[in-house]
Amino acid sequence: MTHALTDHPYFGVFVLVALTGIAFPATLFLARWVGRKLSRLDTERLKMSIYECGPLPTRQPNAISIQFYLIALLFILFDVEIIFMFPWAIDFKLLGWFGFAEMILFIVLLTIGFVYAWKKGALEWHSIK
Amino acid sequence: MMEVTYLGVIIKAILILAIISAVAGFGTYIERKILAFMQRRLGPMHVGPYGLLQIAADGIKLFTKEDFIPQNANKLIFMIAPIITAATAFIALSAVPVFPDFTIFGIFVPSVASDINIGILFVLGMMAAGLYGPLLAGMSQANKWGLIGAARTAAQFVSYEVVTGLSLLAPIMMVGSLSLIDFNHYNETHAWMVFTQPLAFVLFLIAGFAETNRTPFDLLEHEAEVVAGYATEYSGMRWGMFFIGEYANMITIAVLASIVFLGGYTDLGFIPGWLAIILKIAFMFFLMLWVRASWPHVRPDQFMWLAWKVLMPLAVINVVITGIVIMV
Repeated sequence: MTHALTDHPYFGVFVLVALTGIAFPATLFLARWVGRKLSRLDTERLKMSIYECGPLPTRQPNAISIQFYLIALLFILFDVEIIFMFPWAIDFKLLGWFGFAEMILFIVLLTIGFVYAWKKGALEWHSIK
Repeated sequence: MMEVTYLGVIIKAILILAIISAVAGFGTYIERKILAFMQRRLGPMHVGPYGLLQIAADGIKLFTKEDFIPQNANKLIFMIAPIITAATAFIALSAVPVFPDFTIFGIFVPSVASDINIGILFVLGMMAAGLYGPLLAGMSQANKWGLIGAARTAAQFVSYEVVTGLSLLAPIMMVGSLSLIDFNHYNETHAWMVFTQPLAFVLFLIAGFAETNRTPFDLLEHEAEVVAGYATEYSGMRWGMFFIGEYANMITIAVLASIVFLGGYTDLGFIPGWLAIILKIAFMFFLMLWVRASWPHVRPDQFMWLAWKVLMPLAVINVVITGIVIMV
């Protein structure tokens, strides 16, 4: 297995984007068409409503726990860290001790933030006890 | 070394789409059989010999079901969400060497459809973009189970993406490239990465299980807690699309683990490379089913606790230790 000799390495990605962009919607369209021909289409309210345990449901509020937002915030912090670390990891041997020391400093700064988030209870799922 | 033609790349892309879709369909049969044998049952037996035609029966069922969209749902988003899941799973596979090089009718078909220099980063990015499938699906259906499933999806994917990225950093530092072909070359001359980076392998496996929603971590569609999570309102082929996407992601994780940690396409004693990679992928796939049969679900708070307080610090420590070892 060797590296490919080609001027346009991203052509394969383009082909797959195009293929999946055509094939999957076409499959779903076909399934929708077949389903409409064969299934019993009635518009009874209980059938058309969302899944509940029997009664006709009312519209439900779109509200989720604040905990999920905290995790999203933490994610932004640490994923940006990782994006900075990828180029450093590739050139790790070229950068030598200097690059390594700088990355250690960066990790230490982030660890301080991480410890702060931990102590503040951002990593606990609230009110379990 | 042969010139890669456009036709070769197109053939490769069609092969990826056809073979991985078929393997995803067959994977459901294998999963049911293996789970059944582990629980001393027979599994599907009635359709065809040993239930082999079960896939065809399931396909007919999925195709002929009514394509149901609930009343208050956001129709457009509800309809495109499954396509996002399936499409991103297959686009991620374009940068992965799935089968070895071969030549057919004089046309050279490369092992990897798109030999881009950011290989692993592209695969991880595309799998992360797959998050939008379950997220939009859950939020568009105006159902509380779907909404909870969507929120859990977001929390689970983003937490474990951090772990996947950090666990792959240490191997990247050793190889000095993001291309999976360079990882394969590295494995030809060095010991398997699983022996030099055992911690990274374990972390990658756990995070990979979480990113493909395999059972110890399938919180987003856990029947006992949130009816079917993001897929509550889906039926027929639209639901099938989520399934195809999930199995394609499982294969992607299996291929990544085989190439980065388990030696990739190198010959294994008397076993040639092309067979060795297939055996490794099959073993990884079997491992996912084995874990599913062996382990109970985890609770969402335990799951987040595991990601942030255990796995992520371990991964950072692993990166630092790897750096010190390489430097000294």
